[in-house]
Amino acid sequence: MDVLDLTRLQFAVVTIYHYLFVPLSICLSAAAAGLHLTWLRTRAERHLLLTKFVGKLLIVTFAVGVVTGLVQEFQFGLGWSAFAKFYGDVFGPTLAVEGMLAFFLEATFLALWYFGWDRLPRKVHAATIVVVAAGTLLSAYIILAGNSFMQNPVAYALDPVTGRAHLTSFGELLTNEVVLAAFPHTMAGAAMAGGGLLLAIGVWRLAADRAFRTLARLGAWLMLVGGALTAITGDHLGKVMTAVQPMKMAAAEALYETTTGAPFSVLAIGRLGHEKPFLTIEIPHLLSLLGTGSFGGTVQGIDDLQAQYTAQFGPGSYVPMIPVAFWTFRLMIGAGVAGMALAAYYLWVSSERTWRLPLLPAFLQMGAGVPGWTKRILLLSPLLPAAANTFGWIFTETARQPWLAFGISKVSDGISPGLTSAEVLLSLGGFTLVYGLLAVAWYKLVVHLSRKPLAPEPAGRPADAEPVPAY
Amino acid sequence: MITFWFAILVLAWVLYFVLEGFDFGVGVLAPFLGRDEHERGAAIRTIGPFWDGNEVWLVAAIGVTFAAFPDWYAVLLAGLYLPMVGILLLLAVRGVALEFRGKHDSPAWRRRCDRLLCASSAGVVLLWGAQLGVFVHGLALGADGTVTGNGLGRSLSPLLTPAAGLGALAALLGTVLLGATFLALRTTGPVRRRASALARNAGNLGTVGLLLAGIGTGSRLTLAAAVISFIAGMLARQGREAWAFTVTALGVAGGVVAVFTAHGSVVLRSTLDPMWSLTRAEAAATPSALKVVTVAGVIVLPGVLAYQAWSYWVFRRRVASERIAS
Ligand code: HDD
Ligand code: HEM
Ligand code: HEM
Repeated sequence: MDVLDLTRLQFAVVTIYHYLFVPLSICLSAAAAGLHLTWLRTRAERHLLLTKFVGKLLIVTFAVGVVTGLVQEFQFGLGWSAFAKFYGDVFGPTLAVEGMLAFFLEATFLALWYFGWDRLPRKVHAATIVVVAAGTLLSAYIILAGNSFMQNPVAYALDPVTGRAHLTSFGELLTNEVVLAAFPHTMAGAAMAGGGLLLAIGVWRLAADRAFRTLARLGAWLMLVGGALTAITGDHLGKVMTAVQPMKMAAAEALYETTTGAPFSVLAIGRLGHEKPFLTIEIPHLLSLLGTGSFGGTVQGIDDLQAQYTAQFGPGSYVPMIPVAFWTFRLMIGAGVAGMALAAYYLWVSSERTWRLPLLPAFLQMGAGVPGWTKRILLLSPLLPAAANTFGWIFTETARQPWLAFGISKVSDGISPGLTSAEVLLSLGGFTLVYGLLAVAWYKLVVHLSRKPLAPEPAGRPADAEPVPAY
Repeated sequence: MITFWFAILVLAWVLYFVLEGFDFGVGVLAPFLGRDEHERGAAIRTIGPFWDGNEVWLVAAIGVTFAAFPDWYAVLLAGLYLPMVGILLLLAVRGVALEFRGKHDSPAWRRRCDRLLCASSAGVVLLWGAQLGVFVHGLALGADGTVTGNGLGRSLSPLLTPAAGLGALAALLGTVLLGATFLALRTTGPVRRRASALARNAGNLGTVGLLLAGIGTGSRLTLAAAVISFIAGMLARQGREAWAFTVTALGVAGGVVAVFTAHGSVVLRSTLDPMWSLTRAEAAATPSALKVVTVAGVIVLPGVLAYQAWSYWVFRRRVASERIAS
């Protein structure tokens, strides 16, 4: 591997890792806010205990999101300084505004909420967690606007002398049609991610406390509704994507020839080349529907697009890695559907009502409860949305190749000049090691926190309430 | 416009180094000033609600650098690649150690977190100090404005200069003083007593050391730091905790300003040929980008300062470090 490949690999590893924790934080902060407001209304102790429990999960997850996010902020300069110079005008303001507008809000108000239980008036205190949840949405939106610029560059002008991109309108950058479509889709994916975690913990601890049933059902609903929303929003995102990056849709289906009424293959066995694979299971017209919104729509094929781009941008390959695009797209959808199935199953069997259906085996009847072996399967529910999110991003980012910013600059032009392989190897090793340890510590802590009884805080904690103000 | 943004940028870095400086200091000192798990916990709780908000000043500082001076951001990070990665990794360990410490009940877990916190805080401070030294000394910028070289040495060799060593030591002294005066101000009981004693001693030791270094190198900056260190030590001796902290913070702030303005309008000096140095005007973004950041900065930053101040007010009580007989 040369420096370029190593640097790309490092970017992928570090960003994917960040994005394992980010959706959890987004969803958990919203869940904590929801539970907190519910508690204010119901005053049921169960809701208070759950609020505090979800708050602890949030703090622990947020910490990992913060320290890995900090790395993101530096990455553009570390490995991609040529990119940073050329797009500094676009990306710089995006990152600066995100930090000032969203990250300060999240960090400060999360601390106010977490430490402020007995220091703030009740309503003000509840408002702090709502601010945190809003802050996470804001930061997600702004960073996605940055990424959407790479998929579909808008609001810029190229300087004729230096070749650098100048920002022409920040408002336009923030209303890129790609970010408008990607934001709801990623947020639905985040709801699934957090829902999966809550469902697993709730199911695991079901026997310990009835409150965990509430948690499991909340998680399952988040996962189910989130899943349905990813499908609806993903359908829309697919249309936008086909319009601005037709090569991506062609790659996602390994569609070489321009086709009218194109089918969507659910599975393919064999090579994804010009000849038909050995075996495919196809749904007729579905690709056209996904890409254009009509059964008879025309989807451009890889060969035509390659010819068109060669004429437009000069010789070179404009085809991304087809098998990666093909499979990650299916794995994203598949993992999402599997997650929804798990959630639906749990909601059905854990229902308080019992409504017998003929023909259904006993363990699948409504209200049948969860036997030990399905419990073990339900424990896997956090992994499915995490996989769907990861595959979705790998698809989005690798099928953008060879472009860094679509149509205006190639990935190979973005790397830091002078960077050596030795440096990147060492840093990649460092990130892998440290991030690995963080993941182990995070997992241990989540298990430890979940295992503790949901009891109110012990009252005997030495009070800091010595009434001497320090300042 | 460029000067205005340069001022905002320096302000963001100053706020970062002062604010995170005291929480680095607390991280370094907690295992030394807290004799047992309870006392260490008390020391760490003084920064519990603040450290993350402080660290966002780093996000803001680097974000403003990127937005207003993209070339500077690019050259600095790519040129100091490995030291920067080192800082990020240590910050990752540190943040997680801080946040995870109290969430587990096992004493072994807490001890491990305390050690990691201390080691990573010290490491970050030394690396930042060294880098500030390098900012003053300059980098081997070539004609095309990039740092070239072979293997690991490309970005590690700048750390081997005397300027980097001096910077690292000064930063460690500064953060220890900041941490000690902060703990003296924010705790009661044994931790407070030990922190005040440390502030006095570190103040005296720092004064002597800086005085010698200042006379040896003839650097006015070092002599000024010696005076600050002396005043801080004196205030600590008189038990004026708030003043001791304020003076130390001002001293650190002054040091950072001095580093950033060391070469006038040159933001990064080339050690190869002064012609190749990077100037403010060359590094700056275009007016349209600066306008976005200006609008955001003028509207948002005062709000940020206000709610951060509010959070310091909410958590203004001292943290008790003495044991309450149970
Ligand atoms: C739980 C997660 C999850 C689930 C179940 C799905 N997706 Fe997705 N998808 C993502 C999580 C995700 C993501 C990680 O959030 C991505 C990556 C980039 C982005 O904006 O969202 C994404 C990207 C992404 C893109 C690429 C956008 C681009 O490259 O510009 C398309 C076309 C779809 N999705 C379509 C779908 C469809 C039609 C789905 C189901 C029927 C679906 N996704 C389920
Ligand atoms: C958080 C979710 C994200 C994930 C999981 C992700 C994933 C990836 C992956 C897998 C690659 C490597 C692609 C390749 O093989 O070249 C990559 C590259 C890259 N991504 Fe993303 N990305 C994410 C978001 C972003 C955002 C928000 C930005 C911009 C603000 C961004 C900018 C880049 C850049 C600059 C590269 C390097 C160039 C390249 O190799 O394509 N990514 N990312
Ligand atoms: C689609 C991709 C991304 C999304 C949705 C996202 C969203 C978030 C969110 C919601 C947080 C809050 C902390 C947390 O929830 O854990 C966060 C943290 C952070 N992210 Fe990302 N992020 C993405 C990718 C990136 C990238 C590419 C960068 C770098 C430019 C970045 C920089 C940061 C930073 C610096 C933090 C720490 C903020 C703090 O201290 O509070 N993120 N991110």
